[in-house]
Amino acid sequence: MGRPMQVARHWRHFREKYALIGGKCENGHVFFPKRPVCPVCGSRNVEEYQFSGKGKVVSWTIVRNPPSGFEYYKPYPLALVELEEGPVVLAQLTDVDPEEIHEGMEVEMVTRKVREFGEDGIILYSYKFRPVLK
Amino acid sequence: MEKPVIIGVGMVPVGEHWRISLRDMATEALLNAMDDAGIDKVDSLYVGNMASGSFIEQENLGALIADWAGLGNIPAVKIEAACGSGGAAVQEGAKAVMSGLEDVVAVVGVEKMTDAWPTDATRYLGYAADAEYELFHGASFVALNALVMRLYMKTYGYTEEDLAHFSVNAHRNGARNPYAMFKREITVDTVLKSPYVADPIKLFDAAPMCDGAAAVIITSKEKAKELGVPKDKMVELAGFWRAIDTVNLANREDFLTLKAAKVAAEKAYKMAGVTPKDIDFFEVHDAFTVMAALSLEALGVAEKGKGAILAKEGQIAIDGDYPIQTMGGLKSRGHPVGATGVYQTVEAALQLRGEAPEGIQVPDAEVGLTQNIGGTGSNITVNILRRV
Ligand SMILES: [Zn+2]
Repeated sequence: MGRPMQVARHWRHFREKYALIGGKCENGHVFFPKRPVCPVCGSRNVEEYQFSGKGKVVSWTIVRNPPSGFEYYKPYPLALVELEEGPVVLAQLTDVDPEEIHEGMEVEMVTRKVREFGEDGIILYSYKFRPVLK
Repeated sequence: MEKPVIIGVGMVPVGEHWRISLRDMATEALLNAMDDAGIDKVDSLYVGNMASGSFIEQENLGALIADWAGLGNIPAVKIEAACGSGGAAVQEGAKAVMSGLEDVVAVVGVEKMTDAWPTDATRYLGYAADAEYELFHGASFVALNALVMRLYMKTYGYTEEDLAHFSVNAHRNGARNPYAMFKREITVDTVLKSPYVADPIKLFDAAPMCDGAAAVIITSKEKAKELGVPKDKMVELAGFWRAIDTVNLANREDFLTLKAAKVAAEKAYKMAGVTPKDIDFFEVHDAFTVMAALSLEALGVAEKGKGAILAKEGQIAIDGDYPIQTMGGLKSRGHPVGATGVYQTVEAALQLRGEAPEGIQVPDAEVGLTQNIGGTGSNITVNILRRV
């Protein structure tokens, strides 16, 4: 594997990945990630938007043959999570027994380690989702 | 506008070619296609390839292959649209001919995947997804398709067994294709008993890692006549288009509609002046069984949510109403990603020329359709071919 792990490539995403900050256009459409043009109405007037981090599982899988860099973590659950504000995000599920995962499961965002690089020493953190603590 | 014609086809068997390099595979397919067309030079070369830079540390394939094949100082470029690169390259070749700027064009699709370590290969395929919002989270390409498959089964009440019929059909046909990677039939049980790669996708729901190269020669009808190509060797590119959708699956409006295929197909049908009912066979992109089902729906062959029924009821077999994967599809022939769209084109041309192998020739085939997907439905090509 090459070494595409420049620090800048990751720190420019810190806000969205640590805090689940997306975008909201002038017409009130919210989306994740934030992008320069609203995917719903085409408005270019887009601001940052802080999501609550609450959502539910739409679909999930267990990754058993991961891409290089993730071998150490396998198997791990990956899901499409519909946020309570509407948009869907792809993320790993954490703190959960694979048997417990089900469609509609209520989850909340937490910050967790995604992977680390032996050679470079970079440790990447991001949002993951865990079952809502009752 | 005058439609271009394919006058020559060539390919190498799909497999794990430990002894053959990318350039030699591509050159062999290319020279086969030129021999088939009865020509010894072309005006330009379009190379369909997804990730040679990652797999074998080689880019600039246009120059590399044109040089290796002795084509002289012609224009030559690589066309990239992820796993849809091959189908897209065929279209760029067709457009060049239709523009009148180039007379005789060669298109070669090639991919060398087995030189890479398997987990690295999995990573490179993931480059077709959204690096920052999908691959970043450890999503493999299979995993993204697994999310779609689970949703498809849940939404329409299908089981893993229902979808397995797509693989069984592909292997039945591939067993009769000498160029296929897996020339053996399987049963529903084979699929169900294979291990999960990313639940609910099992090993036999997915196309293999492999190497391959296929090529076609495209020209105008006028030029084809001038070259003395017999009419029964010409296959018209009657209609074609391609379209994109969100790269990031999570951003998709509807996870169970291949919008890009729908848009591309509508335009291609219109350009060819046909409807889905006029198509005698379909080479769809069954990198995963669920993608075959969604493709049949997007192409207007099945209603939304009913694609899997066609497989279950056997309508996708050679003697069914909607034969698909007549030479094995991606599942059995193999899926050398950037080459796949060109293999589909070659196979469709052979069907229309009546030269398909015994047992898998679609009787009296007049019109065929190929559909080639890049990404998780994010870049889709539809080509319609017709006997001249
Ligand atoms: Zn908007």
